[in-house]
Amino acid sequence: MIRRFLLLFSVVLASCSREDSVIRAGTDFQKRLQEALINAKPGTVIVIGEGKHSLDRTLSLAVANVTIKGRGMGQTILSFQNQKSGAAGLQVTASGFTLEDLAIEDTKGDALKINGATGVVVRRVRTEWTGGPKESNGAYGIYPVQCKDVLIEDSVAIGAADAGIYAGQSQNIIVRRNRAERNVAGIEIENSQFADVYENTATGNTGGLLVFNLPDLPVKGGHHTRVFNNRVIANNEPNFAPKGNLVAKVPAGTGVMVMATHHIEVFKNTISDNQTYNVSINSYLVTGNPISDAQYDPYTSAIYVHDNLIGGGGNQPDGRVARDIEPKVGRPIPSIIYDGILDPKLTKVNGMPDDQRICIQNNGGATFANYDAANGFKTVVRDAKAHDCSLAPLSPVTLTTLGSAGGA
Amino acid sequence: MRGVVAALLTAVLLLCTVSCGPGQVRSRLEGPYPKKLSDWSLFTGRLADLKPAERVVPYDLNTPLFSDYAQKHRFIWIPAGVAAQYLDPDVLQFPAGTILSKTFSYDERRIETRLLVNARSGWTPLVYVWNASQTEARLEQVPDPVAIEWRHPSGELLKIDYVIPNTNQCKGCHDQGLGEAKTTLPIGPSARQLNRDFDYGDTRENQLAHWTRVGILRGAPTSPPRLPVWEDPSTGPVEARARAYIEINCAHCHNRQASANSTGLYLTAAETEGARLGVCKVPVAAGNGSGDLRFGVMPGKPDESILIRRMESTEPKVLMPELGRSVVHREGVALVRQWINLLQGDCTP
Repeated sequence: MIRRFLLLFSVVLASCSREDSVIRAGTDFQKRLQEALINAKPGTVIVIGEGKHSLDRTLSLAVANVTIKGRGMGQTILSFQNQKSGAAGLQVTASGFTLEDLAIEDTKGDALKINGATGVVVRRVRTEWTGGPKESNGAYGIYPVQCKDVLIEDSVAIGAADAGIYAGQSQNIIVRRNRAERNVAGIEIENSQFADVYENTATGNTGGLLVFNLPDLPVKGGHHTRVFNNRVIANNEPNFAPKGNLVAKVPAGTGVMVMATHHIEVFKNTISDNQTYNVSINSYLVTGNPISDAQYDPYTSAIYVHDNLIGGGGNQPDGRVARDIEPKVGRPIPSIIYDGILDPKLTKVNGMPDDQRICIQNNGGATFANYDAANGFKTVVRDAKAHDCSLAPLSPVTLTTLGSAGGA
Repeated sequence: MRGVVAALLTAVLLLCTVSCGPGQVRSRLEGPYPKKLSDWSLFTGRLADLKPAERVVPYDLNTPLFSDYAQKHRFIWIPAGVAAQYLDPDVLQFPAGTILSKTFSYDERRIETRLLVNARSGWTPLVYVWNASQTEARLEQVPDPVAIEWRHPSGELLKIDYVIPNTNQCKGCHDQGLGEAKTTLPIGPSARQLNRDFDYGDTRENQLAHWTRVGILRGAPTSPPRLPVWEDPSTGPVEARARAYIEINCAHCHNRQASANSTGLYLTAAETEGARLGVCKVPVAAGNGSGDLRFGVMPGKPDESILIRRMESTEPKVLMPELGRSVVHREGVALVRQWINLLQGDCTP
C-alpha cells in the first residue's frame, strides 16, 4: 500500500516537475517567450514562471489551440513599463486561445488584444495601468474583437483609458465574475451579438457598464445582451479618455448605458451611487456626432429593465447630461433616464410594436424621466407608466466551440 | 569499365543538381530551411555585394514601404519552366518554389535579408540577420533590434531603433483574409508596382516586359496599369501619389480582408468612399492615437487629421504603421499633408 502510494506520489511529482516548457525569469526572457509562442503547436501549454518580467516589445501568438498560463495574476506579471515598440502587450490572432493566471501591466496600447479568433478563454487575468487613471494609459484591457465564442471570467481590469473589459464586433460572449475598476468604461459590449454579462463588479470607472452600437465599423447591428446580477456602483471617475474617442463623451457618473441597440435585458443588478445617472437608455443621436454611415441604425428598441435594485447618485451630473438634461429635470437626475427618441421606421404604422418597446418594471423606487430629446427637451415625463410592460426573457448564451468550459 | 565511369559521372551530376552549390538556386517547398543566407545560393561572389546568381532577377517598386530610411535590394527567383501569372490589382500569382528576397541596408551596411518562400504550406517568411563582418547572414526567429545612426540628407543624424521583425510580425503584415481564409501573401510585387524601368546593367528595360522576356511572367497585357512614384511629380498628381504612398504603408492591414478590418478604415489606392479613407470619420478604437482630434482626415486641415498625427509620432502607442518605423518619414508626411490640404469640404453634420 505504501509502495503504491509512493509510486502514485512519484507519478504526481513527475507530472508536476515536467516543466521543460516553463518560461522562467532570466536573460532573454522576452526572446525565449516569443520563440515559444512562435514554435507552439496546437495543444501546447506555455507556462510562464513567477516574477515581474519586463518586456519592451509586443508579444504575439498566431498558432491555434494554445494555452498560456502563469502562476497567478499576482505572481506572474508581464510588465511593459519600458515598452519601445508595438502598442499592444499580447496580440493574439489564433483560435482556440486560452490565457490564465497572469497579469499584463502598463502597456503603451492595449494590454491583451485578440483579433478574429473563434474560441477564446480569458480566466483569472489582470490587466492594469499601475499609475492609476491617466489619459496616457493604453486604450483597452481585455480586448477581443471580431471573435466568436468568448469567455472572460474571474478577471480584473484596472486603469484603461477606454474600456477595461471590452467585447467588440463579436458573437456569443460570456463576461462573468470580473472586476472592472478605474477605467473610463468598466465593461463594454460593442457591435456584438448574444452576450451574457453577469456577476461582475464595475466600480470607480467613469462609466460602469455600456452596451451599444457604433457607426463606421464593418460588423454592425449588435443585439441580444443580458446584463444581470452585476454590481455597478459609484462609477464617478472623471473622464480621462483622449478626446477624439467616443468614450470620451461618456459622462463621469454613468452607471449602465444602453445605446443604439436592440433586445437588451437588464435585470437583478445593483446599480447605485452613480452621480450622473444610474441607467440611461438612449439613441446615438444624443451624442451629437455626425453619422456618415448610411447602414448604421442609431435607434434603440426592445429594451427590458426589470427587477434591479437602483438608488442614490444623480447628484453631480456631468457632460451632456449636466448641459442638456439637468436644466429640465433638476437634481438629482432620476435613476433611469430615456431620451424618448423612437425609430421612425418602427413607429410609422400604429406606433411602436409591443415587442420593440422600452419596458421598465419592478425596479423598486427607482425614479424615471423621459427627457424628450426628440422634441428639444420640451416635455419631460417623469412617470414610467408608459413603460410598464414586459418583454419575453432572452435566452442564455452558449459558447458551442468551448464545450463545458463555456457553460453558464 | 567505361560504363562504370559514365554511370558514376551521371550519379555525381545528378547529385550536384540537388545539393551542390554554389550558384545553384533551387526551390525548397518545406523546411528545415538553410540556417545561412549563402546556402540559398541567390548571390554570387562576395555575399554582401548582392550580385544576383543566374536567373535571379533584381527589381524595384514604384512606391515602396518606408522602413526607417533603410535602403532595399529586392530579388526574385522562379523555378525554371514555370512563371508568375499576371493579376491586377492584387500581387501577381507566383508559382510554388518562388523566392522573394529583400535586403535592408544603411549606407551599404547590410542589416537583414528577408526571404518570402512560396512553400508547399504557403508563403513562408524567413529572416536572416547579417553579422558585423558582413560575411554571412543567419536565420533568426526572434531577432534583436539594432541601433542605427544614419545621416538624413538634411544633415541631421537620426538615431534609429531598427526593429527586425520576428516570424509572427512578418505574418502580421503579410497575412491577408479573415478567419479560416487567412493566407500569407507578398505585398509589393503587383503589376502596378512593378510597371517601371529597371537598369539591368547591360540593358534598361520595363520590369514587366523584362520578366515576360526572360520567361518568369505570363499574361501581362500590352499596357498594364501603373502606380505613380510617390516622390516623382511627373508620374502623377498629388492625390494619386499620396494614395499610392498610403496604400503601400497602410493598406496591408487597413483593408477589408486584413487585421485592421475592425477599424473601418480602408486605405487601398482603389478605395473610393471618403469615410473609409478616414475623411470625416470618427475614430473607434484609436485610444491615444486620436489625441484630441476628432477625425481621421479633416479636409484642408492636416494638423487636425489623426492620420498625420500618427504618421508624425514616434511614440509606440500613437505611431502608424505599428511596425517597422521608429523615425518620422518627413518626405512621406509632407506628401500626405499636401493631399489633405487639397481636399475640399468640412466635417460638420
